[in-house]
Amino acid sequence: MATRILPTITLFVLLTGTAIVGAASGSRASWTPAELEELRSLSLLALEPLPADPTNRVADDPAAADLGRRLFFDPRLSANGQVSCGTCHQPERGFQDGRALAVGVGTTARRAMPIAGMARSPFLFWDGRKDSLWAQALGPLESAVEHGGTRALYARVIANHYRRDYEALFGALPDLASTPAWDLVTGIFVNIGKAIAAFERLVAFGPSRFDEYVAAVSAGRNGGVILTTDEVAGLRLFIGKAHCTQCHNGPLLTNNEFHNTGVPPRPGLPVEHGRWDGATAVALDEFNCRSRWSDARQHCPELEFMLTGDHTQERAYKVPSLRNVAERAPYMDAGQLATLAEVIDHYDRAPTSVSGHSELRALHLKPAERRQLEAFLRTLSGPIRIDGRDAATVSP
Amino acid sequence: MTTTTKRAMRAVLVLAMAAAIPALQGCSHALMMVRGTGAQRPPASEFGPGPRTSAAGRYVATLEPAQPLRPRQMQTVRVVVRDAAGRAVDGAQITIDGGMPQHGHGLPTRPRVTRALGEGGYEIEGVRFNMGGWWEIRLAITTAQGADAVVFNLAI
Repeated sequence: MATRILPTITLFVLLTGTAIVGAASGSRASWTPAELEELRSLSLLALEPLPADPTNRVADDPAAADLGRRLFFDPRLSANGQVSCGTCHQPERGFQDGRALAVGVGTTARRAMPIAGMARSPFLFWDGRKDSLWAQALGPLESAVEHGGTRALYARVIANHYRRDYEALFGALPDLASTPAWDLVTGIFVNIGKAIAAFERLVAFGPSRFDEYVAAVSAGRNGGVILTTDEVAGLRLFIGKAHCTQCHNGPLLTNNEFHNTGVPPRPGLPVEHGRWDGATAVALDEFNCRSRWSDARQHCPELEFMLTGDHTQERAYKVPSLRNVAERAPYMDAGQLATLAEVIDHYDRAPTSVSGHSELRALHLKPAERRQLEAFLRTLSGPIRIDGRDAATVSP
Repeated sequence: MTTTTKRAMRAVLVLAMAAAIPALQGCSHALMMVRGTGAQRPPASEFGPGPRTSAAGRYVATLEPAQPLRPRQMQTVRVVVRDAAGRAVDGAQITIDGGMPQHGHGLPTRPRVTRALGEGGYEIEGVRFNMGGWWEIRLAITTAQGADAVVFNLAI
Protein backbone atom coordinates (compact mmCIF):
# COMPACT_ATOMS: atom_id res chain seq x y z
CA MET A 1 0.00 0.00 0.00
CA ALA A 2 2.83 2.32 0.87
CA THR A 3 4.07 2.22 -2.69
CA ARG A 4 0.62 3.38 -3.86
CA ILE A 5 0.33 6.21 -1.34
CA LEU A 6 3.82 7.71 -1.58
CA PRO A 7 3.40 9.16 -5.09
CA THR A 8 0.06 10.64 -3.98
CA ILE A 9 1.67 12.24 -0.94
CA THR A 10 4.55 13.57 -2.98
CA LEU A 11 2.20 15.08 -5.56
CA PHE A 12 0.02 16.62 -2.85
CA VAL A 13 2.97 18.13 -0.97
CA LEU A 14 4.38 19.50 -4.21
CA LEU A 15 1.06 21.07 -5.18
CA THR A 16 0.53 22.55 -1.71
CA GLY A 17 4.09 23.86 -1.68
CA THR A 18 3.64 25.49 -5.07
CA ALA A 19 0.42 27.12 -3.92
CA ILE A 20 2.11 28.48 -0.77
CA VAL A 21 5.12 29.80 -2.69
CA GLY A 22 2.79 31.33 -5.28
CA ALA A 23 0.77 33.17 -2.64
CA ALA A 24 3.84 34.32 -0.72
CA SER A 25 5.59 35.58 -3.83
CA GLY A 26 2.76 37.94 -4.55
CA SER A 27 1.19 36.43 -7.63
CA ARG A 28 -2.03 38.11 -6.53
CA ALA A 29 -0.07 41.34 -6.05
CA SER A 30 -2.16 42.55 -3.15
CA TRP A 31 -0.11 45.27 -1.55
CA THR A 32 -0.87 46.71 1.87
CA PRO A 33 -1.24 50.51 2.14
CA ALA A 34 2.23 50.66 3.77
CA GLU A 35 3.74 48.61 0.94
CA LEU A 36 2.05 50.80 -1.67
CA GLU A 37 3.52 53.84 0.05
CA GLU A 38 6.97 52.22 -0.09
CA LEU A 39 6.54 51.37 -3.78
CA ARG A 40 5.62 54.98 -4.54
CA SER A 41 8.70 56.17 -2.63
CA LEU A 42 10.83 54.07 -5.02
CA SER A 43 9.20 55.28 -8.21
CA LEU A 44 9.97 58.40 -10.25
CA LEU A 45 6.63 59.75 -8.99
CA ALA A 46 8.54 60.55 -5.78
CA LEU A 47 11.43 62.32 -7.50
CA GLU A 48 11.78 65.89 -6.26
CA PRO A 49 12.94 68.81 -8.42
CA LEU A 50 16.68 68.86 -9.05
CA PRO A 51 18.32 70.71 -6.14
CA ALA A 52 20.29 73.84 -6.98
CA ASP A 53 24.10 73.74 -6.90
CA PRO A 54 25.07 77.07 -5.35
CA THR A 55 28.77 76.20 -5.73
CA ASN A 56 28.34 76.51 -9.52
CA ARG A 57 26.83 79.82 -10.60
CA VAL A 58 26.27 78.55 -14.17
CA ALA A 59 24.76 75.22 -13.03
CA ASP A 60 21.36 75.95 -14.57
CA ASP A 61 22.45 78.27 -17.40
CA PRO A 62 21.40 76.76 -20.78
CA ALA A 63 24.36 78.45 -22.53
CA ALA A 64 26.73 76.80 -20.04
CA ALA A 65 25.03 73.42 -20.61
CA ASP A 66 25.46 73.85 -24.37
CA LEU A 67 29.16 74.68 -23.97
CA GLY A 68 29.47 71.82 -21.50
CA ARG A 69 27.92 69.35 -23.95
CA ARG A 70 30.48 70.26 -26.61
CA LEU A 71 33.35 70.05 -24.11
CA PHE A 72 32.04 66.70 -22.85
CA PHE A 73 32.44 65.18 -26.31
CA ASP A 74 35.64 67.01 -27.36
CA PRO A 75 38.69 64.68 -27.57
CA ARG A 76 41.00 67.68 -27.88
CA LEU A 77 40.66 67.80 -24.08
CA SER A 78 43.20 64.98 -23.72
CA ALA A 79 46.91 64.31 -23.96
CA ASN A 80 46.59 62.29 -27.18
CA GLY A 81 43.63 64.09 -28.73
CA GLN A 82 41.54 60.91 -28.64
CA VAL A 83 39.82 60.84 -25.26
CA SER A 84 36.72 62.83 -24.29
CA CYS A 85 34.38 62.40 -21.33
CA GLY A 86 32.13 60.64 -23.86
CA THR A 87 34.79 57.96 -24.46
CA CYS A 88 33.82 56.23 -21.22
CA HIS A 89 30.44 57.92 -20.70
CA GLN A 90 28.73 56.96 -23.95
CA PRO A 91 25.18 58.35 -24.32
CA GLU A 92 24.00 55.37 -26.39
CA ARG A 93 25.11 53.04 -23.56
CA GLY A 94 23.54 55.02 -20.73
CA PHE A 95 26.70 57.13 -20.30
CA GLN A 96 28.94 54.19 -19.40
CA ASP A 97 31.25 51.95 -21.44
CA GLY A 98 30.39 48.34 -20.58
CA ARG A 99 33.98 47.66 -19.48
CA ALA A 100 35.11 46.37 -16.09
CA LEU A 101 37.83 49.04 -15.99
CA ALA A 102 37.50 52.30 -17.90
CA VAL A 103 40.08 52.98 -20.61
CA GLY A 104 41.29 56.49 -21.39
CA VAL A 105 44.86 57.20 -22.46
CA GLY A 106 45.64 54.30 -20.13
CA THR A 107 43.60 51.79 -18.13
CA THR A 108 42.04 53.00 -14.90
CA ALA A 109 41.41 51.03 -11.71
CA ARG A 110 37.68 51.82 -11.71
CA ARG A 111 34.41 51.00 -13.41
CA ALA A 112 32.98 54.06 -15.22
CA MET A 113 29.86 55.31 -13.45
CA PRO A 114 26.76 56.47 -15.32
CA ILE A 115 25.94 60.20 -15.28
CA ALA A 116 22.15 60.18 -14.83
CA GLY A 117 20.98 61.21 -11.39
CA MET A 118 24.48 62.13 -10.20
CA ALA A 119 23.51 65.79 -9.78
CA ARG A 120 21.45 64.60 -6.82
CA SER A 121 24.37 62.96 -5.04
CA PRO A 122 26.27 64.94 -2.40
CA PHE A 123 29.48 63.01 -3.09
CA LEU A 124 30.87 61.76 -6.40
CA PHE A 125 33.09 58.85 -7.47
CA TRP A 126 32.98 55.37 -5.94
CA ASP A 127 34.75 56.68 -2.82
CA GLY A 128 33.06 60.10 -2.75
CA ARG A 129 36.29 62.07 -3.02
CA LYS A 130 34.53 64.99 -4.77
CA ASP A 131 31.57 67.01 -3.56
CA SER A 132 30.16 68.52 -6.76
CA LEU A 133 29.63 67.53 -10.37
CA TRP A 134 32.05 70.23 -11.52
CA ALA A 135 34.81 69.18 -9.14
CA GLN A 136 34.24 65.57 -10.24
CA ALA A 137 34.59 66.48 -13.92
CA LEU A 138 38.04 67.94 -13.25
CA GLY A 139 39.44 64.71 -11.80
CA PRO A 140 39.57 62.61 -14.99
CA LEU A 141 40.90 65.56 -17.01
CA GLU A 142 44.09 65.55 -14.92
CA SER A 143 44.28 61.80 -14.33
CA ALA A 144 47.32 60.33 -16.08
CA VAL A 145 45.31 57.30 -17.26
CA GLU A 146 42.09 59.10 -18.27
CA HIS A 147 42.43 62.34 -20.28
CA GLY A 148 46.09 62.70 -19.27
CA GLY A 149 46.33 66.42 -20.08
CA THR A 150 47.15 69.56 -18.09
CA ARG A 151 45.28 72.71 -17.09
CA ALA A 152 47.51 74.69 -19.44
CA LEU A 153 46.59 72.43 -22.38
CA TYR A 154 42.88 72.73 -21.64
CA ALA A 155 43.10 76.53 -21.29
CA ARG A 156 44.62 76.67 -24.78
CA VAL A 157 41.81 74.49 -26.20
CA ILE A 158 39.30 76.95 -24.74
CA ALA A 159 41.17 79.98 -26.11
CA ASN A 160 41.55 78.42 -29.57
CA HIS A 161 38.15 76.79 -30.03
CA TYR A 162 35.61 78.10 -27.52
CA ARG A 163 36.69 81.70 -26.86
CA ARG A 164 33.43 83.45 -27.79
CA ASP A 165 31.08 81.16 -25.86
CA TYR A 166 33.46 80.89 -22.90
CA GLU A 167 33.89 84.68 -22.60
CA ALA A 168 30.13 85.25 -22.86
CA LEU A 169 29.69 83.10 -19.78
CA PHE A 170 32.81 83.67 -17.71
CA GLY A 171 34.35 86.95 -18.92
CA ALA A 172 37.53 87.72 -20.87
CA LEU A 173 40.19 85.05 -21.10
CA PRO A 174 43.65 86.03 -19.88
CA ASP A 175 46.46 86.38 -22.42
CA LEU A 176 47.76 82.85 -22.84
CA ALA A 177 50.57 83.81 -25.23
CA SER A 178 52.77 84.87 -22.35
CA THR A 179 52.88 82.65 -19.29
CA PRO A 180 49.75 83.57 -17.30
CA ALA A 181 49.53 83.31 -13.56
CA TRP A 182 48.78 79.74 -12.50
CA ASP A 183 45.57 80.85 -10.79
CA LEU A 184 44.25 82.25 -14.05
CA VAL A 185 44.85 78.91 -15.78
CA THR A 186 43.18 77.10 -12.89
CA GLY A 187 40.23 79.48 -13.15
CA ILE A 188 39.68 78.43 -16.79
CA PHE A 189 40.04 74.78 -15.80
CA VAL A 190 37.39 75.22 -13.08
CA ASN A 191 35.00 76.87 -15.53
CA ILE A 192 35.40 73.92 -17.92
CA GLY A 193 34.21 71.71 -15.05
CA LYS A 194 31.29 74.03 -14.27
CA ALA A 195 30.12 74.04 -17.91
CA ILE A 196 30.38 70.24 -18.14
CA ALA A 197 28.43 69.99 -14.86
CA ALA A 198 25.69 72.23 -16.29
CA PHE A 199 25.33 69.70 -19.15
CA GLU A 200 25.46 66.67 -16.85
CA ARG A 201 22.69 68.13 -14.69
CA LEU A 202 20.33 67.63 -17.65
CA VAL A 203 21.02 63.87 -17.88
CA ALA A 204 18.18 62.02 -16.18
CA PHE A 205 16.46 58.64 -15.93
CA GLY A 206 13.17 58.25 -17.80
CA PRO A 207 10.34 56.03 -16.54
CA SER A 208 10.76 52.25 -16.46
CA ARG A 209 8.19 49.44 -16.49
CA PHE A 210 8.49 49.46 -12.69
CA ASP A 211 7.36 53.12 -12.61
CA GLU A 212 4.42 52.28 -14.90
CA TYR A 213 3.49 49.42 -12.57
CA VAL A 214 3.56 51.65 -9.48
CA ALA A 215 1.46 54.30 -11.25
CA ALA A 216 -1.06 51.61 -12.20
CA VAL A 217 -1.38 49.90 -8.80
CA SER A 218 -1.44 53.30 -7.04
CA ALA A 219 -4.45 54.21 -9.15
CA GLY A 220 -6.12 50.89 -8.32
CA ARG A 221 -5.54 49.55 -11.84
CA ASN A 222 -4.31 46.06 -12.65
CA GLY A 223 -0.50 46.02 -12.64
CA GLY A 224 -0.52 42.44 -13.88
CA VAL A 225 -0.45 43.60 -17.49
CA ILE A 226 2.75 45.59 -16.84
CA LEU A 227 4.86 43.25 -14.70
CA THR A 228 4.82 39.45 -14.79
CA THR A 229 4.12 37.33 -11.73
CA ASP A 230 7.84 36.64 -11.34
CA GLU A 231 8.75 40.32 -11.61
CA VAL A 232 6.18 41.22 -8.95
CA ALA A 233 7.51 38.41 -6.75
CA GLY A 234 11.00 39.87 -7.25
CA LEU A 235 9.72 43.31 -6.22
CA ARG A 236 8.27 41.77 -3.05
CA LEU A 237 11.67 40.24 -2.29
CA PHE A 238 13.37 43.55 -3.11
CA ILE A 239 11.41 45.47 -0.45
CA GLY A 240 11.24 42.48 1.92
CA LYS A 241 13.33 39.37 2.45
CA ALA A 242 16.30 40.49 0.34
CA HIS A 243 16.55 43.82 2.24
CA CYS A 244 17.67 45.69 -0.89
CA THR A 245 15.95 48.90 0.19
CA GLN A 246 18.26 49.25 3.20
CA CYS A 247 20.58 51.02 0.74
CA HIS A 248 18.71 51.12 -2.56
CA ASN A 249 15.86 53.38 -1.49
CA GLY A 250 14.21 56.54 -2.79
CA PRO A 251 13.21 57.19 -6.41
CA LEU A 252 16.77 56.67 -7.69
CA LEU A 253 17.10 53.43 -5.69
CA THR A 254 20.15 54.70 -3.84
CA ASN A 255 20.64 56.40 -0.49
CA ASN A 256 23.79 58.03 -1.97
CA GLU A 257 25.80 56.73 0.98
CA PHE A 258 28.80 54.41 1.24
CA HIS A 259 28.67 50.84 2.47
CA ASN A 260 31.06 47.92 2.80
CA THR A 261 29.35 44.98 1.11
CA GLY A 262 32.35 42.66 1.10
CA VAL A 263 33.03 43.00 -2.61
CA PRO A 264 36.52 41.56 -3.14
CA PRO A 265 39.21 43.73 -4.74
CA ARG A 266 39.80 43.03 -8.41
CA PRO A 267 42.75 40.62 -8.78
CA GLY A 268 45.86 42.56 -9.78
CA LEU A 269 44.66 45.83 -8.29
CA PRO A 270 45.77 47.09 -4.88
CA VAL A 271 43.38 46.81 -1.93
CA GLU A 272 41.83 50.26 -1.57
CA HIS A 273 40.05 51.70 1.45
CA GLY A 274 37.04 53.24 -0.32
CA ARG A 275 35.16 55.89 1.66
CA TRP A 276 37.73 55.81 4.46
CA ASP A 277 40.17 57.57 2.11
CA GLY A 278 37.51 59.34 0.05
CA ALA A 279 36.15 61.29 3.02
CA THR A 280 39.63 62.54 3.89
CA ALA A 281 40.34 63.38 0.25
CA VAL A 282 37.21 65.46 -0.26
CA ALA A 283 37.84 67.42 2.95
CA LEU A 284 41.26 68.41 1.55
CA ASP A 285 40.24 68.69 -2.11
CA GLU A 286 41.53 71.74 -4.00
CA PHE A 287 38.09 72.16 -5.64
CA ASN A 288 35.72 71.34 -2.78
CA CYS A 289 32.73 73.43 -1.67
CA ARG A 290 34.87 75.44 0.76
CA SER A 291 37.60 76.16 -1.81
CA ARG A 292 38.20 79.56 -3.40
CA TRP A 293 36.83 78.11 -6.66
CA SER A 294 33.41 77.40 -5.20
CA ASP A 295 30.65 79.98 -5.69
CA ALA A 296 29.17 79.22 -2.24
CA ARG A 297 32.11 78.80 0.13
CA GLN A 298 30.15 79.84 3.20
CA HIS A 299 27.51 77.12 3.03
CA CYS A 300 28.91 73.58 2.80
CA PRO A 301 26.76 71.40 5.08
CA GLU A 302 27.82 68.15 3.41
CA LEU A 303 31.46 68.82 4.28
CA GLU A 304 30.70 70.41 7.62
CA PHE A 305 28.75 67.44 8.94
CA MET A 306 30.55 64.72 6.99
CA LEU A 307 31.43 61.47 8.72
CA THR A 308 35.20 60.86 8.68
CA GLY A 309 37.51 58.40 10.41
CA ASP A 310 34.66 56.01 11.21
CA HIS A 311 35.51 52.30 11.13
CA THR A 312 32.41 51.55 9.02
CA GLN A 313 33.97 53.53 6.16
CA GLU A 314 36.78 51.04 5.53
CA ARG A 315 36.21 49.60 2.03
CA ALA A 316 32.79 51.26 1.90
CA TYR A 317 31.81 52.23 -1.64
CA LYS A 318 29.11 54.38 -3.16
CA VAL A 319 25.66 52.82 -3.45
CA PRO A 320 24.83 53.15 -7.15
CA SER A 321 21.35 53.83 -8.47
CA LEU A 322 19.70 50.61 -9.61
CA ARG A 323 17.89 52.38 -12.42
CA ASN A 324 18.96 50.82 -15.74
CA VAL A 325 21.13 48.39 -13.80
CA ALA A 326 20.47 45.55 -16.28
CA GLU A 327 21.93 47.74 -19.06
CA ARG A 328 25.33 48.18 -17.46
CA ALA A 329 27.18 45.00 -16.60
CA PRO A 330 29.78 44.40 -15.26
CA TYR A 331 29.17 45.56 -11.70
CA MET A 332 30.88 47.03 -8.64
CA ASP A 333 33.71 49.55 -8.29
CA ALA A 334 36.12 47.63 -10.53
CA GLY A 335 33.69 45.50 -12.51
CA GLN A 336 34.38 42.51 -10.26
CA LEU A 337 30.98 40.85 -10.87
CA ALA A 338 30.09 40.09 -14.48
CA THR A 339 26.33 39.58 -14.36
CA LEU A 340 23.25 40.43 -12.32
CA ALA A 341 23.08 36.77 -11.32
CA GLU A 342 26.61 37.04 -9.87
CA VAL A 343 25.60 40.20 -7.99
CA ILE A 344 22.55 38.49 -6.48
CA ASP A 345 24.68 35.48 -5.60
CA HIS A 346 27.16 37.80 -3.85
CA TYR A 347 24.41 39.38 -1.73
CA ASP A 348 22.94 35.96 -1.03
CA ARG A 349 26.24 34.52 0.22
CA ALA A 350 27.45 37.70 1.96
CA PRO A 351 31.18 36.89 2.00
CA THR A 352 33.39 38.61 4.56
CA SER A 353 35.33 41.69 3.51
CA VAL A 354 39.10 41.58 2.96
CA SER A 355 39.29 44.57 5.31
CA GLY A 356 36.72 46.37 7.41
CA HIS A 357 33.36 44.64 7.94
CA SER A 358 30.71 43.79 5.40
CA GLU A 359 27.24 45.00 6.37
CA LEU A 360 25.64 42.06 4.55
CA ARG A 361 24.07 39.01 6.17
CA ALA A 362 23.43 35.86 4.15
CA LEU A 363 19.94 35.91 2.64
CA HIS A 364 19.46 32.19 1.88
CA LEU A 365 17.36 32.89 -1.20
CA LYS A 366 15.99 29.91 -3.10
CA PRO A 367 17.06 29.54 -6.75
CA ALA A 368 13.56 30.61 -7.86
CA GLU A 369 13.77 33.70 -5.65
CA ARG A 370 17.12 34.70 -7.14
CA ARG A 371 15.60 34.47 -10.61
CA GLN A 372 12.59 36.54 -9.50
CA LEU A 373 14.85 39.20 -8.00
CA GLU A 374 16.82 39.40 -11.23
CA ALA A 375 13.59 39.57 -13.23
CA PHE A 376 12.51 42.53 -11.10
CA LEU A 377 15.86 44.32 -11.50
CA ARG A 378 15.34 44.09 -15.26
CA THR A 379 12.10 46.07 -14.95
CA LEU A 380 14.08 49.11 -13.77
CA SER A 381 15.35 49.95 -17.25
CA GLY A 382 14.08 53.05 -19.00
CA PRO A 383 15.29 55.69 -21.41
CA ILE A 384 18.10 58.10 -20.51
CA ARG A 385 17.02 61.64 -21.19
CA ILE A 386 18.97 64.83 -21.75
CA ASP A 387 16.84 67.84 -20.98
CA GLY A 388 13.79 65.72 -21.71
CA ARG A 389 15.08 64.31 -25.04
CA ASP A 390 16.20 60.73 -25.62
CA ALA A 391 19.97 60.62 -25.00
CA ALA A 392 20.53 58.36 -28.01
CA THR A 393 19.36 61.18 -30.29
CA VAL A 394 21.68 63.80 -28.76
CA SER A 395 24.83 64.14 -30.84
CA PRO A 396 28.03 65.80 -29.73
CA MET B 1 -13.95 8.06 -0.75
CA THR B 2 -12.30 4.75 -0.01
CA THR B 3 -10.73 3.94 3.36
CA THR B 4 -7.31 3.83 1.70
CA THR B 5 -7.72 7.36 0.33
CA LYS B 6 -8.89 8.68 3.73
CA ARG B 7 -5.84 7.14 5.38
CA ALA B 8 -3.62 8.68 2.71
CA MET B 9 -5.17 12.13 3.26
CA ARG B 10 -4.66 11.85 7.03
CA ALA B 11 -1.04 10.83 6.45
CA VAL B 12 -0.52 13.83 4.16
CA LEU B 13 -1.95 16.21 6.78
CA VAL B 14 0.28 14.80 9.50
CA LEU B 15 3.29 14.98 7.19
CA ALA B 16 2.48 18.55 6.13
CA MET B 17 2.19 19.65 9.78
CA ALA B 18 5.43 17.89 10.67
CA ALA B 19 7.15 19.58 7.73
CA ALA B 20 5.72 23.01 8.61
CA ILE B 21 7.29 23.19 12.10
CA PRO B 22 10.98 23.05 11.06
CA ALA B 23 10.15 25.21 8.02
CA LEU B 24 8.76 27.94 10.28
CA GLN B 25 11.73 27.65 12.64
CA GLY B 26 14.08 27.98 9.66
CA CYS B 27 12.15 31.02 8.54
CA SER B 28 12.52 32.88 11.83
CA HIS B 29 16.19 31.95 11.96
CA ALA B 30 16.71 33.40 8.49
CA LEU B 31 14.96 36.60 9.59
CA MET B 32 17.31 36.93 12.56
CA MET B 33 20.27 36.49 10.23
CA VAL B 34 19.34 39.24 7.84
CA ARG B 35 18.10 41.66 10.49
CA GLY B 36 21.53 41.60 12.05
CA THR B 37 20.45 42.47 15.59
CA GLY B 38 17.67 41.27 17.81
CA ALA B 39 16.54 44.80 18.69
CA GLN B 40 12.79 44.96 19.23
CA ARG B 41 10.93 47.97 17.92
CA PRO B 42 9.33 49.80 20.87
CA PRO B 43 5.56 50.36 20.98
CA ALA B 44 4.14 53.30 19.01
CA SER B 45 3.68 55.28 22.25
CA GLU B 46 7.51 55.42 22.59
CA PHE B 47 7.91 57.13 19.21
CA GLY B 48 7.89 60.81 18.40
CA PRO B 49 9.56 64.16 19.05
CA GLY B 50 8.76 64.21 22.76
CA PRO B 51 8.74 65.73 25.30
CA ARG B 52 11.04 62.88 26.48
CA THR B 53 12.50 62.64 29.95
CA SER B 54 16.21 61.83 30.22
CA ALA B 55 17.39 58.55 31.76
CA ALA B 56 18.08 59.99 35.24
CA GLY B 57 15.16 62.41 35.09
CA ARG B 58 17.25 65.62 35.04
CA TYR B 59 16.02 66.99 31.73
CA VAL B 60 12.99 66.95 29.48
CA ALA B 61 13.79 67.44 25.79
CA THR B 62 11.54 68.06 22.81
CA LEU B 63 12.60 67.88 19.16
CA GLU B 64 11.22 70.51 16.81
CA PRO B 65 12.24 69.72 13.24
CA ALA B 66 12.18 72.71 10.87
CA GLN B 67 10.18 70.47 8.48
CA PRO B 68 8.84 66.92 8.86
CA LEU B 69 11.86 64.57 8.98
CA ARG B 70 12.43 62.65 5.74
CA PRO B 71 14.97 60.13 4.51
CA ARG B 72 18.06 61.10 2.46
CA GLN B 73 17.83 64.87 3.14
CA MET B 74 20.23 67.02 5.17
CA GLN B 75 18.02 68.51 7.89
CA THR B 76 18.05 70.93 10.78
CA VAL B 77 16.32 70.04 14.05
CA ARG B 78 15.72 72.32 17.02
CA VAL B 79 15.74 70.78 20.48
CA VAL B 80 14.24 72.48 23.52
CA VAL B 81 15.66 71.39 26.89
CA ARG B 82 13.93 71.97 30.23
CA ASP B 83 14.74 70.75 33.71
CA ALA B 84 12.48 68.52 35.76
CA ALA B 85 10.70 71.59 37.11
CA GLY B 86 9.97 72.83 33.60
CA ARG B 87 12.54 75.67 33.55
CA ALA B 88 14.42 76.33 30.31
CA VAL B 89 17.98 74.95 30.38
CA ASP B 90 20.51 77.24 28.68
CA GLY B 91 24.27 76.82 28.41
CA ALA B 92 24.09 73.03 28.04
CA GLN B 93 26.69 70.98 26.18
CA ILE B 94 24.79 68.66 23.87
CA THR B 95 26.24 65.91 21.72
CA ILE B 96 24.22 63.92 19.19
CA ASP B 97 24.46 60.26 18.35
CA GLY B 98 22.04 57.78 16.84
CA GLY B 99 21.42 55.00 14.42
CA MET B 100 19.14 52.13 13.45
CA PRO B 101 18.99 49.62 16.31
CA GLN B 102 17.73 46.80 14.08
CA HIS B 103 20.52 47.26 11.54
CA GLY B 104 23.39 47.97 13.90
CA HIS B 105 24.57 51.10 12.09
CA GLY B 106 24.91 54.69 13.22
CA LEU B 107 24.09 58.01 11.60
CA PRO B 108 25.61 58.64 8.16
CA THR B 109 26.62 62.18 9.19
CA ARG B 110 28.06 63.94 12.27
CA PRO B 111 25.28 66.29 13.37
CA ARG B 112 26.02 68.85 16.08
CA VAL B 113 24.58 71.85 17.88
CA THR B 114 25.53 74.92 15.87
CA ARG B 115 23.60 77.60 17.77
CA ALA B 116 22.09 78.20 21.18
CA LEU B 117 18.76 79.93 20.62
CA GLY B 118 17.96 80.87 24.23
CA GLU B 119 14.96 79.78 26.33
CA GLY B 120 16.32 76.23 26.30
CA GLY B 121 16.47 76.03 22.51
CA TYR B 122 19.40 74.63 20.49
CA GLU B 123 19.77 74.18 16.76
CA ILE B 124 21.12 70.82 15.56
CA GLU B 125 22.40 70.82 11.98
CA GLY B 126 23.61 68.01 9.74
CA VAL B 127 20.92 65.41 10.51
CA ARG B 128 20.36 62.79 7.79
CA PHE B 129 18.70 59.38 7.72
CA ASN B 130 19.81 57.10 4.90
CA MET B 131 16.60 55.08 4.78
CA GLY B 132 13.09 55.03 6.21
CA GLY B 133 12.27 53.01 9.33
CA TRP B 134 13.01 53.05 13.07
CA TRP B 135 15.83 55.41 13.99
CA GLU B 136 17.14 56.46 17.39
CA ILE B 137 18.48 59.94 18.11
CA ARG B 138 20.42 60.08 21.36
CA LEU B 139 21.29 63.38 23.03
CA ALA B 140 23.92 63.59 25.76
CA ILE B 141 23.14 66.73 27.76
CA THR B 142 25.60 68.21 30.26
CA THR B 143 25.12 71.26 32.49
CA ALA B 144 26.20 72.28 36.00
CA GLN B 145 23.21 70.23 37.17
CA GLY B 146 24.90 67.10 35.76
CA ALA B 147 25.09 64.88 32.73
CA ASP B 148 22.16 62.87 31.44
CA ALA B 149 20.99 61.30 28.20
CA VAL B 150 17.70 61.24 26.36
CA VAL B 151 16.71 58.88 23.56
CA PHE B 152 14.15 59.61 20.86
CA ASN B 153 12.61 56.88 18.72
CA LEU B 154 11.70 58.24 15.33
CA ALA B 155 9.74 56.61 12.51
CA ILE B 156 11.28 58.11 9.39
